[in-house]
Amino acid sequence: MAIPQELHRDVRTEEFLLNMGPQHPSTHGVLRVVVRTDGELVLEATPHVGYLHRCFEKCAENTTWKQVVPYTDRMDYLAAMCNNITYTLAVEKLMGWEKLIPRKTTIVRTLLFELQRIASHLMSIGTYGLDVGAITPFLHCFRERERLLEIFEEVSGQRLNYSYITPGGFQYPWPDAINRKIKGFCEYFEERITEYNDLLSYNGIFIERTKSIGVLSPQQARAYGCTGPMLRGSGIARDLRWDQPYLLYDELKKEGVFRVRYQGDKTPDPRDQMVDWSLGELGDCWSRYMVRAAELEQSRRIVLACLAKLDKLTDSEKEAGAGNIIKEADRAYTAPKGEEAYFKSENPRGELGYYVVSDGKPKAYRVKARAPSFNNLQVLTEISRGAMVADLIAIIGSIDIVLGEVDR
Amino acid sequence: MNFKDVVAHLKERHSDAIEGTDETKRDPWIVVKKDKLVELCKTLRDDPKLDYDHLSLISAVDYPPATIEIVYHLDSLRLNHPLVLKVKLPRATPKIPSLVTVWPTADWHERESYDLMGIEFEGHPNLTRILCAEDWVGFPLRKDYKWPEEYHGVPCGPFAGKDVNIPPEWEQEGFTTRKA
Amino acid sequence: MIPLLAEALNPNPAGPTGVLWLVQKLVGPDAFERWGGTLTLVGSLGILLLLVVPIVATLFPLFAIWLERKVSAHMQSRLGPMEVGWHGWLQTLADGIKLLGKEDIIPAGADKPLFILGPIITLAGVFVMLAVMPMGPHLIPADLNLGLFFLAAAGSIEVIGVMMAGWASNNKWSLFGTMRLATQLVSYEVPLGISFVTVTAMAGSLSMQEIVRQQHGWIWNWFIFRNPVMPLVFIIYFTASLAETKRAPFDLPEAESELVAGFHTEYSGMRFSIFFLAEYVAMYVVAAIAAVIFLGGWHTGIGPFDAWIQGASGGWGGEDPSLAMAVIANLVGMHVVFAKAWVLIFVQMWLRWTLPRIRLDQVMDLCLKFLLPASVVFFMVTIGWELLPFESWTSDIPFIKDHLQWRLPRFAVFLVYSCLVGYWFFWFKRTFQDPFKRSVKEKPWVISGVSTT
Repeated sequence: MAIPQELHRDVRTEEFLLNMGPQHPSTHGVLRVVVRTDGELVLEATPHVGYLHRCFEKCAENTTWKQVVPYTDRMDYLAAMCNNITYTLAVEKLMGWEKLIPRKTTIVRTLLFELQRIASHLMSIGTYGLDVGAITPFLHCFRERERLLEIFEEVSGQRLNYSYITPGGFQYPWPDAINRKIKGFCEYFEERITEYNDLLSYNGIFIERTKSIGVLSPQQARAYGCTGPMLRGSGIARDLRWDQPYLLYDELKKEGVFRVRYQGDKTPDPRDQMVDWSLGELGDCWSRYMVRAAELEQSRRIVLACLAKLDKLTDSEKEAGAGNIIKEADRAYTAPKGEEAYFKSENPRGELGYYVVSDGKPKAYRVKARAPSFNNLQVLTEISRGAMVADLIAIIGSIDIVLGEVDR
Repeated sequence: MNFKDVVAHLKERHSDAIEGTDETKRDPWIVVKKDKLVELCKTLRDDPKLDYDHLSLISAVDYPPATIEIVYHLDSLRLNHPLVLKVKLPRATPKIPSLVTVWPTADWHERESYDLMGIEFEGHPNLTRILCAEDWVGFPLRKDYKWPEEYHGVPCGPFAGKDVNIPPEWEQEGFTTRKA
Repeated sequence: MIPLLAEALNPNPAGPTGVLWLVQKLVGPDAFERWGGTLTLVGSLGILLLLVVPIVATLFPLFAIWLERKVSAHMQSRLGPMEVGWHGWLQTLADGIKLLGKEDIIPAGADKPLFILGPIITLAGVFVMLAVMPMGPHLIPADLNLGLFFLAAAGSIEVIGVMMAGWASNNKWSLFGTMRLATQLVSYEVPLGISFVTVTAMAGSLSMQEIVRQQHGWIWNWFIFRNPVMPLVFIIYFTASLAETKRAPFDLPEAESELVAGFHTEYSGMRFSIFFLAEYVAMYVVAAIAAVIFLGGWHTGIGPFDAWIQGASGGWGGEDPSLAMAVIANLVGMHVVFAKAWVLIFVQMWLRWTLPRIRLDQVMDLCLKFLLPASVVFFMVTIGWELLPFESWTSDIPFIKDHLQWRLPRFAVFLVYSCLVGYWFFWFKRTFQDPFKRSVKEKPWVISGVSTT
């Protein structure tokens, strides 16, 4: 959609410098994008971040390992359980407690990870519809999200920043009565996914707005370190739950509950796999959106499988995994000096990693967070060249950033 | 390929680049010399047996009084064998060549390390502050950073930099209630 | 001056029409002959000020804004305003009072005269269109011979007002909204105008009352069923009118999530509420126009009932009814028009809350590549259809010759379209299945034989 060269000679146009400032309804937080446009056509869009920088890493240096957990919530506040779990697993790797964690704890952590993924994707899909102009799916998604937040509130006491999963187990014991509620939610949720697809995903206007916009080629995606739905939307089958399994994903993989396409980044043949639709083909906004929509169904199945496993646990296993293996008196645990660990997991937005360094003291010496949105946002300049201003909004929405983790 | 094979493979091509390795820790790492870093990384990226096409993270860790360490976490999308590279820099003048030409994703990570730790990446196209304000003075993540009294007339809180909630006895060397 | 105005307002040599007929009923023919001119003015202005402005221009937005909030809320699985009054029906009033109390802010670099004039001209353009909107057999402030043409012309005034507002705001984002707006509104006036011309070709007159009178009788006499393509012309008109009132899915000029509020970003308080008012009155106007020119206006579509209204309101050449009957018939007609307009307004609201926004170049594509050629083609088809000699073709078939002859085509069109709509509702929805779910159901839950290396 470029202006033909002949026209440039005859019609004198000027460039327009537009500032989509830190306060804007569609930038998903305090993101500033300086856009150089030629009319409606974007020549260059430069993101400026740092408006939400809260010195998380510096604060973490003044606290013990467990006290860092609330800071991790507030990084990606829409997927707080995932942040907690990743950080907890990093610390457990550092301390060497991997074998000590009871089975029930692992199952419940997987369950919470996937429930949180559903909540995060609901938010992302809803706000994406809002960016594009469809206001109703946003509220429908939030109706479901409310039910999930009620579940989380019963479990941890908080609706958004849970701080529920700490190194060693949980902050409060897992209430077994809530398993039925989660199962009810999963059954109710199945039809809702059809509703979202009817209303938004296959809506002709929505498809016109998002197809062939913001195309990210697989080579660009790999070079720029994009992960998560951005990578899978471009056709690269990379999912850390499948490739480098953690928690319960190994078992789920073997049982066939949880499926991603084959490994490697060959262009997939649609006739071959097509089980989850969780792999895009074109790398455009619609593909990334559809990856997230498909992951709703995938996560729902994993949650049901985890619930089934919880039911099958023996009583002693249930007892063991009810709380936390670290008692209150032992809360100043340490790792040997010089020990460090990097743990990465598949956040709803991509690869979330925590690099933790210990110096033998109870305080965390260095905690560095690798936020998926930080990497994904770099790509904005590349993929928005030649798009229109209205498309720029759609592109930012499809990258699905949370400024909390971009800026930390 | 496991860690030993990777090290052996690299030593064949860049025997002078590798200063040392440490295989005893949770994530074994390779210590690399600063001048040979870019060539080594190009090999890591291009060699089909290694195929490290994904740079996860660039961290900077401050070890006063002498060194700052830059830690690179790499991964291969196809082969799934993560690797850790380290470069030790003198704390007074931390300069290191930029890896933007090897992995474009290093762009913002290096800007962040510059912003928070003060490391200069030679050859970076746009080395400016990214998280802090453009006119901020100092490198906040260093261990000897002094919090400013005020910024543009706004006072920077009375508790800045003070430790809270940690009993003083926990600060002593060797204190622990539970070991790993 | 007054005689000239009187002449302009009632050029019908057969006698007073429209509101003048009612006025004559009130004051008697003698007084009318003496004071004809003044009474004309008073009568027309009276209708305008006592009936149209309060009901349509003031109460209607009050009610419509509340309805929109409730409709949108229930579609979004929530309740909407519930606090102020029964189910929140006074909410708009409360909002209006709040807006009145706000500080009047004019941005520092704004162009003051244009900034102030913008909303006023927008509102004026929309209000002026109400002068030729028929609400009953004789309830029309001015029964101009050029009614439809006047509407098309007055609808363009709004564009100037909005452009002034966007330009004078001294805000790049407002300018964006204005530029989008100018292209959109001006382009969509063409299919709008062509659909007006299509209706004129069928009615033979531009006068609004004449157009309505031609649709008397049963429901298949309505213009929407005269032609196989008239329903499509109606859809073209409806789409173009959605674009003219800047309602979603064409609300790019005021796109909330992109431009904050587009051309009215810098407006606050009463000035903003003038824009709001103009938008809702415009909603009524375009819905009422559709009701009048396509859906039969104040005809109910039931033959005998319409004949009663026609007779009771003094018809055209019928016997002289009493004032009371005339008033009752006019009121019934008014409610019929309102009901039809309300249905269309509900459809407008429904579309707004369901569909995403269309991007500007897609909007222009739709207009110039699709609606414009389609409307021209339908106009040609309409003219050709009018010329077809149906009477001579069916003059031999016994039943049709006696009962349906010249009405057969429209009856057939009515039947066919009703069946199509029924088919859509009952059979199509049942057989449609979500491809996503279909694919998940087809592939088995557990994989066998997939390699995991």
